[in-house]
Amino acid sequence: MEINFAHHQSAHCENGVISNLMKHHGYNVSEPMAFGIGSGLLFCYIPFLKVNHAPAFTYRALPGIIFKRFAKRVGIKIKREKFKNPQQAKIRLDENLKNNNPVGLQVGVYNLVYFPDEYRFHFNAHNLVVYGKEDDTYLISDPVMETVTTLSDKQLEKVRFAKGAFAPKGHIYYPIHFPKELDLEKAIVKGIKHTCKDMLAPIPVLGVKGIRHTAKLIRKWPKKKGVKKANHYLGQIVRMQEEIGTGGGGFRYIFAAFLQESSTIINKPALSELSKEMTAIGDLWRDFAVDASRIYKNRSAKEDAYNNVATQLEVIADKEEVFFKKLKKAIK
Amino acid sequence: MKKDEVPQDKSNLETANFKELCYAVDENGEYTTVNSSGWDPKTIALNKAIEDINERVEVAKKRVLSNQTSPIEYYMELHKMDLPILASYVGLWKWRVKRHFKPRVFNKLSNNILQKYAETFDISLEQLKNIELHGN
Repeated sequence: MEINFAHHQSAHCENGVISNLMKHHGYNVSEPMAFGIGSGLLFCYIPFLKVNHAPAFTYRALPGIIFKRFAKRVGIKIKREKFKNPQQAKIRLDENLKNNNPVGLQVGVYNLVYFPDEYRFHFNAHNLVVYGKEDDTYLISDPVMETVTTLSDKQLEKVRFAKGAFAPKGHIYYPIHFPKELDLEKAIVKGIKHTCKDMLAPIPVLGVKGIRHTAKLIRKWPKKKGVKKANHYLGQIVRMQEEIGTGGGGFRYIFAAFLQESSTIINKPALSELSKEMTAIGDLWRDFAVDASRIYKNRSAKEDAYNNVATQLEVIADKEEVFFKKLKKAIK
Repeated sequence: MKKDEVPQDKSNLETANFKELCYAVDENGEYTTVNSSGWDPKTIALNKAIEDINERVEVAKKRVLSNQTSPIEYYMELHKMDLPILASYVGLWKWRVKRHFKPRVFNKLSNNILQKYAETFDISLEQLKNIELHGN
């Protein structure tokens, strides 16, 4: 059976699933809107979590939390379930498809066969929508892909029960209750306030302070860790910032798009101006990526080069600090 | 980023024949989405990461052949895993998995435990015991 489901490509999987499921239920919510209301924008250095043998850096909120906040703020209810038993997980999925209900699934990327090999790492917080089943083949709408695709039931079970950090455990979710009308205005204000709070938080690894902290680390890496590791870590930062799903510039462009869209909805022209500022900050992040890539391209980089990109990060941190203080004021 | 500045570099995305979505502003300063075929700075970062993994696999292979570690470590690296991920897949404590890296311990493992590793790596028991039987 196939549910009549419209696939729209998005930059980021979680926002994309939210946006596509909302559109399916008749609410036109764009990807940036889902991202902004869910306060997806962040910067965080997570020293104790190692990803591919390097410390983790993230430019977004924890997996799953964007949808959680979005739902709470616009007043929809979501049903979520996790399973111990793959059989049970499959039964629940099939029931929903039979009831004409497309569902979101959390999956691991490593065994996702339609991804290019190079992109298949042990990352367990990918999201996609299942919108039908034909014999033993599931119809998949993966928001980062241009078109819909399919997975066999074996393949789907494998990715639903991937192991490691953030193991999905068959996580299935779908909206079950909608308000008469989405209260976007209040939700937008809440979303922005939360993002400002996160980015200006007095915690050394979070937000603006986290960016400064990272700059300090970069200065130390070549001496403390050796050039090889330093380059590996630097590459990790760039990958987290620019890899598929960020929309470019570590989600800064999506956030700018959200501010632009919001400025008309809540009638605050100031947000449109701030959107331009955020776009410029996104450009700075990309300049940083270009210069960082020059370092890890040549194995023999000068120490100066690390200091250089670190300084770039510090400039970005200063700009973002000013930006989020202004944004906080604008929304009052 | 302006619409016409969205990078269209060659990348690994080509093999799967898809383009990713980016956000950029058009001539009127309005946000829109543009497909990108890739961007060199991140392609280089990704290729470096893959090179690092291949290097780790090679080192592990040599260590297995010179009897310094067990094939489990080799297959772990081959599957881009680290200790916590592998332990989680086979459902054992990390220290136990680490112990199984010792050739002396590995050689005494029961078929029951070996089977767990073989299933995780999607290989036969023979391949698990002898990495040269593995095609890759």
